[in-house]
Amino acid sequence: MAAHKDNAEILLSLDGVSKGFPGVRALEAVRLTLRAGEVTALIGENGAGKSTLVKILTGLYRPDAGRLTVAGSDVKLEGVRDAARHGIVAIHQETVMFDDLTVAENIFMGHMPKGRGGFVDWPQINQRAARLLAEVDADFSAHARVSTLSVAQKHLVEIARALSQEARIIIMDEPTAALSGHEITDLFKIIARLKAQGRAILFISHKFDEIFAIADSWACLRDGVHVGEGRMGAVTQADLVRLMVGRPVGQMFPQRRSPYGPLVLEAEGLSHPTEFADISFSLHRGEILGFYGLVGAGRSEVMQALFGLTPISAGSIRIDGKPVTIDSAGVAISVGLGFVPEDRQHEGAILALPIYQNVTLAKLQPHTKHGVLSRSSELAASRAITGGLDLRAAGQDQAAGQLSGGNQQKVVIAKWLATNPKILILDEPTKGIDIGAKAAVHEFIRTQAEEGMAVIMVSSEIPEIIGMADRVMVMRAGRIVAEFAAGTATPEKLVAVASQDIEVAA
Amino acid sequence: MSVIVDAPKASPKAKPVWARFMRWETLLALLCVVMMVGNSLLSPYFLDFGNLSDATANFSEQAIIALAMALLIIARDIDLSVASVIAVCSLAMGLLAAQGFGTPVLMVAALALGLACGMFNGWLVTKFALPSIVVTIGTMSLFRGLADIVLGDKALTHYPPLLQAIGQNYVASWLPIPVSFAVFLILALVFAFVLHATPFGRRLYAMGNNPVAARFSGIPVNRIRFILFALTGLMSGLAAILLTGRIGSTRPNIATGWELSVITMAILGGVSISGGSGTIGGVVLAVLLLGFTQFGLSLVNVPEIVINILQGVMLIVAIGVPLLLQRLRGRR
Repeated sequence: MAAHKDNAEILLSLDGVSKGFPGVRALEAVRLTLRAGEVTALIGENGAGKSTLVKILTGLYRPDAGRLTVAGSDVKLEGVRDAARHGIVAIHQETVMFDDLTVAENIFMGHMPKGRGGFVDWPQINQRAARLLAEVDADFSAHARVSTLSVAQKHLVEIARALSQEARIIIMDEPTAALSGHEITDLFKIIARLKAQGRAILFISHKFDEIFAIADSWACLRDGVHVGEGRMGAVTQADLVRLMVGRPVGQMFPQRRSPYGPLVLEAEGLSHPTEFADISFSLHRGEILGFYGLVGAGRSEVMQALFGLTPISAGSIRIDGKPVTIDSAGVAISVGLGFVPEDRQHEGAILALPIYQNVTLAKLQPHTKHGVLSRSSELAASRAITGGLDLRAAGQDQAAGQLSGGNQQKVVIAKWLATNPKILILDEPTKGIDIGAKAAVHEFIRTQAEEGMAVIMVSSEIPEIIGMADRVMVMRAGRIVAEFAAGTATPEKLVAVASQDIEVAA
Repeated sequence: MSVIVDAPKASPKAKPVWARFMRWETLLALLCVVMMVGNSLLSPYFLDFGNLSDATANFSEQAIIALAMALLIIARDIDLSVASVIAVCSLAMGLLAAQGFGTPVLMVAALALGLACGMFNGWLVTKFALPSIVVTIGTMSLFRGLADIVLGDKALTHYPPLLQAIGQNYVASWLPIPVSFAVFLILALVFAFVLHATPFGRRLYAMGNNPVAARFSGIPVNRIRFILFALTGLMSGLAAILLTGRIGSTRPNIATGWELSVITMAILGGVSISGGSGTIGGVVLAVLLLGFTQFGLSLVNVPEIVINILQGVMLIVAIGVPLLLQRLRGRR
């Protein structure tokens, strides 16, 4: 834990900052202090106002009230470029980049060094890009096309881009969301280096182990209000959780209460030309089967194949002992499968459609009479299901896109519940959602399993896998490399098998 | 109840969908009223039932295609080959008529050929995963080219009287509106029903907003796209019957430029060019607005070119104003 450094230079401070939107009070008199050489964790549930705060810090929103002080002088930010001029740069959750341009071009996009006659100074760009990449330990060239990079590598480009703008204040909005274990370790090394250089870092994450590993201080928002701040050394995870949700959270994972039932799904030798090979597993009613692995191990691809979204080149699937050929999602639904995909905004929810239309989308027949959709039938069904999931929304007519991430996920889950599936596949069901919604999703999964639903849960979060799954399959490079029965999986074993990293196992 | 809403994103889809449609259709209806009043002030001959009724014949064929085009655009596709399909269908009717076949055969042939052209488009788009704008630019040239080769610089002008009657007559003496306009109105009701009241229609909106999530929700996206292309081809065949009957001839330049008029009707009607939103009611209003504006202006001898310019301006304003308003409201 970092030493107490209250006397470190204050690089940025916010005081009494408020921001409202029609009908919503997003931030109310919020304060925040960022010090040189420190990582400050910004915590809060989704919808607590973290994104709004980041948008104010980067000049995308203008606050309705309050003061923003950067390096001792009051500033009003006019936009992202203006924020960058003041040394504030944000690295976003889903990095936005120009995929078909080179790394160097991405780094300097918007602030290309110009040579004589106003022409772009390519030698200088390439030279500086190479130097910046070396600074972040990048293992790729400045001439590489961004489309060829992994998510972790793209993060490094974003960091290099921030450095190229002489950023003194770097905002990292869930930088680890799509990274695997050792990629996170690498990122933390870079963050430590940035700290040592005297930069201030605002670190936004839902993962407490990361916050405790990297942050020096914390600030917590709840419902747009500042509810606390302090040094990391002086708090426990339970303290922070209580502040975030405004109530104590007891047991983290709901426990199994009843034994599971007969075999419902058998997959044998499922193979794909490039993504996975020889995948065999079985699933019982009432069982939660976890799939663990690093990002890119092929878990999502297997699930998509199981759901008929990508064709398999070999293998067979039996449901309730009967062989089935699932060659489209429609067939998958008709044989009793449901699939909550990883990317809820692109694959799960239809953001522009109202909540109830999202919920009924996968099975509209029950709501039709003589071929005509009945709005009242749809609303009733949607209300019943979303109510059971504790969905927080203004009403059933609200567009799914207006909801917070956690509530969007509940809408997607509700859509599958509405199809009354025998087998529900959840791919990273709690990725990027806040702790309150996370607990609700876990509770829901356990309840469904208790009621006899068979659940496949893909997750990269070890606590979630260990806490939720009755059995864990581990995938690496497109193959199943291990299976752990209930109670036998430990974080060390999972990581070791998934990454074949003997050192971690030791 | 505590309502937690993430900071409203500056997304064009942030408002409840129906609320935006309501506003757009209200605006169109108001524009229609303004247009009717303005035209009646300009010319004493405008506000006459007989004149207005006759004028509908000039745009009903396009309007029929616009209904199918609206569905296609809502589902994130487009068909630029519709005018060329008319040319092919009209040519086939002309050749069959020259062989002495009667009106029923001509009609079936036009519908079948239109359907076949649409299915060909749909097959190319779904089978080879090609963008529909590219495919139909290709088939636009292909279909028109085939028609031109066969037709040369001739004109086919011998059509049976029944076909001409369908294209030129009123529904009945007690209902003095052109057959084509009546067909359009009936089809508008059918399309509105399908789009707004059936699972099929709901799936179109889902596909248009997010084709990936639609597929992940079990919607047979490609099958539906194929159906929509086939339907658009079928409507083009129907338009070919009505048009050929009305003008009583098939010439090489038949229906040239219609694809843009048809798309204009759909877009002005509030169908989002990027897919996912629009209503049949809006399209019907846009059809009337465009059609009667043209009629009114031609009554006071405004040249065709000027009318075209006006329609272009209307389209740009129609697309631009809502976006501008949104930007102003969404600002900071």
